[in-house]
Amino acid sequence: MSPTPPPEPVDPAALDSLRARLDEAAQTRLGRSLAIRHINTGSCNGCELELRALHTASYDLERFGLRFVDSPLHADVLLVTGPLTRNLKAALEQARDATPEPKWIVAMGDCAVDGGVFRGSYAVLGGAEAAVPVDLTIRGCPPAPAMILAGLRTLLEANLK
Amino acid sequence: MTTVKNIVRDAPVEVCRPWLRHDLRHDDWTALARAAATEGQVLLALWADTMKVHALFLDHADLTIVAVSTAAADGWYPALSPVLPAASLFERMIHDLWGHRAAGATDMRGWLDHGAWLLSHPMATRPGPPVQPEEPRHADPDDAMILPLGPIWGPLDEAAHLRLALDGPRILQAEVRLGFTHKGTLALMQGKSPRIAARFAARLSGDATVAHSVAFARATEAAMEIQAPPRAVALRIAMMEIERVAGHLDTLGEVARLAEAPVARSQCGLLRETLLRASDTAFGHRLMMDCVVPGGVAADIAAAGPHAILRALGDIASQLPGISRLHDAPSLSSRLVGVGRAGGALAASLGVGGVAGRASGVAFDSRNGFMPEYSRFAPRVAVRHDGDAAARQHLRIFEIEESLRLIGAALDYLPDGPVTVALAPVSGEGIGCAESVRGTVWHWLRLDHGQIAAVFPADPGWGLWPLAERVLEHAVADDIDLIRASLALPASGMDL
Repeated sequence: MSPTPPPEPVDPAALDSLRARLDEAAQTRLGRSLAIRHINTGSCNGCELELRALHTASYDLERFGLRFVDSPLHADVLLVTGPLTRNLKAALEQARDATPEPKWIVAMGDCAVDGGVFRGSYAVLGGAEAAVPVDLTIRGCPPAPAMILAGLRTLLEANLK
Repeated sequence: MTTVKNIVRDAPVEVCRPWLRHDLRHDDWTALARAAATEGQVLLALWADTMKVHALFLDHADLTIVAVSTAAADGWYPALSPVLPAASLFERMIHDLWGHRAAGATDMRGWLDHGAWLLSHPMATRPGPPVQPEEPRHADPDDAMILPLGPIWGPLDEAAHLRLALDGPRILQAEVRLGFTHKGTLALMQGKSPRIAARFAARLSGDATVAHSVAFARATEAAMEIQAPPRAVALRIAMMEIERVAGHLDTLGEVARLAEAPVARSQCGLLRETLLRASDTAFGHRLMMDCVVPGGVAADIAAAGPHAILRALGDIASQLPGISRLHDAPSLSSRLVGVGRAGGALAASLGVGGVAGRASGVAFDSRNGFMPEYSRFAPRVAVRHDGDAAARQHLRIFEIEESLRLIGAALDYLPDGPVTVALAPVSGEGIGCAESVRGTVWHWLRLDHGQIAAVFPADPGWGLWPLAERVLEHAVADDIDLIRASLALPASGMDL
């Protein structure tokens, strides 16, 4: 019986590349997580109803690593619903200032996208874009939960890159 | 003795279908408020146009409505709030929108106008320059800790601001400030045809979109003296009741979540989702937004609709007893009994109806008495007297059960025929109502050759928030979210 050959000397470059691949895989498998803070800037509460539906077992948004948080301080994403009323502009700006990077802003529902039917009112500035830069829009009045989920998942994909 | 009936009998009238609107002199207006307070009549709504201020009273005893007006030509009218506390928020709103000042009012601080608009009194004939509103709150009690909440509140909630004065965990004083979601809806509706304006009525409050649409449609139809076809009326009943079931399931689930009853919460959520998918199949929209239009309904029910809805109703009916049992079990009931107790006299004086009113002994449901289309189905209305979160949950479960029966009956009855009638380009005035998930919504409008000259929708929120302020006093700060969810407090509907 021949003795076990001594282990080959480890190539440090190969080890580094292995480590990088492991990191990447872990990021893909485990790092798919976004904390979302919902900001109502004048919604009729229709969008909120559909957001609540995301928590039901039918959609179960947390299985994608998406979760709602109570404070902008803990959020990666601000999810804005409703036309931006003049009375809530300051609140939206404060929430944005309090959010750490990547500070993504999603305008959800026709109202948050461009003011919807309320465009042109003396009390409404328009969509969320009237006060803050918007990264993603999800249209609909209100968008169905499946649409919202699809939109938020594109954000997850973007987060990986 | 001066009674409401005596005061209005001799006053000149204008037709406001299906009733008359009595034009009162200022002294009669004040006398009427006193008589209404003595007789226990309820102020349902107080609103204005450029010339006058209007009020809608309900006599619980014989279920009659009294509509009255008084002039605000010189920019003022006598306040009702000294004798009718329910008038206070309305008076603040009227001043912000039309500029009419309520002389002698208990509170004249801003309500909708937070000083952020580029004008003041936007509904007045001549709006003014922007004003900086007065200090928007009462003086805080001494030695109290102040806890301000909102307007951006807990996750997935409406925008409202609550300022609490605390002594340890006890709430000494609660004051609400709304108006954050004011979207200028009334100005957007004016000058449009009812068909177009219906889109704004449907977006007053998302979870009461059908109720607001029906009340608006009924007011328009009353003003035009037309009637929606029988098939449309039956479909409207089905939609209103579906909305009630979905809304009650939502509130049941939210309260269960806050009371840490995850099983009840997830059951309610799943059942609601099943129902919303059925209404999507039947009416083409999960929340049935824009499905009710003046003159009828936007489209007939889909061929697969009745079957989809009945299947969803079956799911709900089979699981409702389980949800009810969970509420009887000590783990949930001990968290809800006694929380957020609203007294019957208080609820009645503030004009609170809906579940919050009926759980406190106010036996009013506009489906009986003001919505004749329901008489064929004879809706049963339950009343409880405990007035706490537990009573409201049980009442919601009962109302879901009854609505399931009504939806089945309406779909079973569904007569053949058209689902819409043509609207006439006429002038006239009308009032319509509908029973929403949290109480009666009243819509008033005046048409000028088929276009809206003036309009006002009264949401149940006008009574619910003042009730919530009183309920929160002496409550424990930890219960705030539970009480808010249990009363199902809205914001957008009354922010206009």
